[in-house]
Amino acid sequence: MNAIFSLLLVLALVVIATLGAGAAQMHTIFAYCIPGTAFIIFLVGFACKIIAWAKRPVPFRIPTTGGQQKSLDWIPQNKWDNPSTGPQTFMRMVLEVLAFRSLFRNTKVVLHHTDGKNPIVGYVSAKWLWGFALIFHYSFFIIVVRHMRLMMNPVPFLVQMVDFGDSIMQIYTPTVYITDALILVGVGFLLARRFFDAKVRYISLVNDYFPLFLILAIACSGIYMRYVAKVDIMAIKDVVMGLTTFNFKVPTGVDTSFFVHLFLVSTLLVYIPFSKLMHMGGVFLSPTRNVPNDTRINHYENVWNNPAVKPHSYAAYEDDFREPMFEAGLPLEKNPEEAA
Amino acid sequence: MAKIIKPEEMLKSISYTPPAEGWMDLPLDTSPGRWAYPAKQDKVEYLMHEMPGIFANPRQWNPADVDWKLPANWKEIVVNGFRERLDKYRSLKVFMDICVRCGACADKCHFFIGSGDPRNMPVLRAELMRSIYRGEFTLAGKILGKLTGARVLEEDVLKEWFIYFYQCTECRRCSLYCPYGIDTAEVTMMARELLHLCGININWILEPVSNCNRTGNHLGIQPHAFKDIVEFMLDDIETITGKRVKCPLNEKGHEILFITPSGDVFADPGIYTFMGYLMLFDAIGLDFTMSTYASEGGNFGLFTHADAMKSINGKMYAEANRLGCKWILGGECGHMWRVVNQYMDTMNGNLQGPQMKTPVNPITGTVFENAKQTKMVHIAEFTADLIKHNKLKLDKSRNSNVIATWHDSCNTARGMGMFEEPRYVLKSVVDNFHEMPEGTIREQTFCCAGGSGLNTDEIMDIRMRGGLPRGNALKHVVDKHGVNTMACVCAIDRATLIPLADYWAPGVNITGLHELVANALILDGEEERTMNLRQEPLPGFEEE
Repeated sequence: MNAIFSLLLVLALVVIATLGAGAAQMHTIFAYCIPGTAFIIFLVGFACKIIAWAKRPVPFRIPTTGGQQKSLDWIPQNKWDNPSTGPQTFMRMVLEVLAFRSLFRNTKVVLHHTDGKNPIVGYVSAKWLWGFALIFHYSFFIIVVRHMRLMMNPVPFLVQMVDFGDSIMQIYTPTVYITDALILVGVGFLLARRFFDAKVRYISLVNDYFPLFLILAIACSGIYMRYVAKVDIMAIKDVVMGLTTFNFKVPTGVDTSFFVHLFLVSTLLVYIPFSKLMHMGGVFLSPTRNVPNDTRINHYENVWNNPAVKPHSYAAYEDDFREPMFEAGLPLEKNPEEAA
Repeated sequence: MAKIIKPEEMLKSISYTPPAEGWMDLPLDTSPGRWAYPAKQDKVEYLMHEMPGIFANPRQWNPADVDWKLPANWKEIVVNGFRERLDKYRSLKVFMDICVRCGACADKCHFFIGSGDPRNMPVLRAELMRSIYRGEFTLAGKILGKLTGARVLEEDVLKEWFIYFYQCTECRRCSLYCPYGIDTAEVTMMARELLHLCGININWILEPVSNCNRTGNHLGIQPHAFKDIVEFMLDDIETITGKRVKCPLNEKGHEILFITPSGDVFADPGIYTFMGYLMLFDAIGLDFTMSTYASEGGNFGLFTHADAMKSINGKMYAEANRLGCKWILGGECGHMWRVVNQYMDTMNGNLQGPQMKTPVNPITGTVFENAKQTKMVHIAEFTADLIKHNKLKLDKSRNSNVIATWHDSCNTARGMGMFEEPRYVLKSVVDNFHEMPEGTIREQTFCCAGGSGLNTDEIMDIRMRGGLPRGNALKHVVDKHGVNTMACVCAIDRATLIPLADYWAPGVNITGLHELVANALILDGEEERTMNLRQEPLPGFEEE
């Protein structure tokens, strides 16, 4: 239900763009107005979200410790899973952000019932999600970098290198990008999990299916443009350069599929700041990962600490129990006579 | 102990396939056995007086009833409290915003593994709150509603929170696997704070908090009774070793203040661990005192509210100052060390008096640099240091009938990272040691299912279900290696693992680390020992 609704939503977007830019010929709107506005919403929305998170206090350092702590000299510390210094924490974050360290730990629980034997609860390694998530995210990233060639003149060397590397297989004309295939594999896996893994299906919302279908549609429209419609890249670059340099020209010779692609990307840009896709920014700010396990070593201030919260005092305690303490021979600050 | 179904039946009842209807439409079971008893009215009243602004609405109520007697403006209280916490804690705000529902956490929770209840998947447990966040605080949620996983706050939601946020032991296993480090413990803490504002609470937590505030320990042991109990244990030590050791109480001028959970003073088998500490201190001639005012290492305040935790914890520094101690040695406890390691100095560091110094082991000279700010050392770190420097005379053969495994407590594991120190100590005093299977130990360890204040008997079905992963791993090493002892450094474990082992892996003893240390430890001037701390015959002294 949630999946079908999300798919229909994405199809509706495709139809809107096809009709608007194709049938109605609203090229200026679809080439400049919508993407420009979307980009501004993305930038402002993204920044606002990050600022809103960042300005909230982290009252306590609560890293999830994933390995041996720093304690005695002769016990080797697991510095990257249980960091106690800034640089070690940086390494933990690098591994988390670039290599999905936590997802790498993933296991799957299985419950074996065999007649006549003790049932076993087992934990088997399950790195599929980790692997496909890496494929998906890196493909996405490389594709974004590749697209920079459409936005810059001259094309920076790094972007050229990424482009070259991605098309190194040299098959088909135009040359097939490896990441075009891989992103489909990645999205396909992530979608298939949501369809076929009962537990994941159970927790999936429109918020989960919609971005996957949207990204799938973006990838498919891009692939269609490049390999099927074989659109005029230079004409598209004119439009994109127009956007980035505020030098708007009426688009000429651009296939409708480009407007569909651009419209979907615009939707994604607008969607990001208001959705779970903000995990790309949030992962950097997660207090269980981005602080060292060092509150026994260094002092920190909780900005909203309430100094009025004090322990029940010893004096009050002794007042409460002075007689029996005296009789039991426990040391007292004031013996019963002094107190009386 | 409440009567519960047999282990085989429980196992057969578990299915990981979720039901057909969505979780928002699932009926909520509030029948007895599904919840721990609500707090007694006088306890709530006392705490409202002692710790203003945290607890509310003292009354007689029954969760099985339809009417929970909530305050008239309960919705306003919860929404405002939620908003306030979203602004105070980056963790809560980020965790509400960024979950992608990848499901990596879904099968990591011991309560899910033992029940198959979809609302026990950590992702869904957080969604119980996140759905309200969307419905009350986001525009999309307000407009699109259920489609985006949003819902409005109704009384049934609070009831659901009560059932399921008291089926989370804040063990943080899910947060280890989360690609964004979303920590359900953090969400559970916030939900419980909000519930407290409406007077929804459990007695098993509030009574210890109120006891701890007044008497200095969770169990409500008053100072003179505390002294009596300690005397009994000194008697027992004398019976076993022929030697009278010392345990100063409330004495000024000692170097070290020793604080351990009161469970160690009160109940079998914690008391053997307590005797173990005292024997160890005697063996090394440690200059220490204990305190009846700060006679609790644990901190059930952690399971209620940040300020309650702070208030209770503050006694440790206050008492170290009053007695003039240089540093604090902490006993075997789980959540105590979550508090000490991750909250204590930030909350109460300003209470430290000038006499407090970076802890130095007076026997070995080791400087505990890792505790230079809190001035508080874990006894497993301390003893590991002693053994490493050959300062203890140990006779492992006294433990030769022990085939041990090690249970990593969730708090010292994922809230601290103490893995090697206790293992080093254990292996130094026991010859036969076998790890439980990978995936169930160290940072991946499973909770005893009684943490975070859930170690009460009226929810035994829930506890035994949650105990399945630990119990099954234990059963594995019992069958494979003949393990007969599971050691741990947590007072709650020492209480909860006994019924857990009886249920899932019968025949296993639960011990603290220092019980085994003291069995092996040779005291100066002791008589030949014929029995262990439990006064059972040592190997070679069994009666024919």
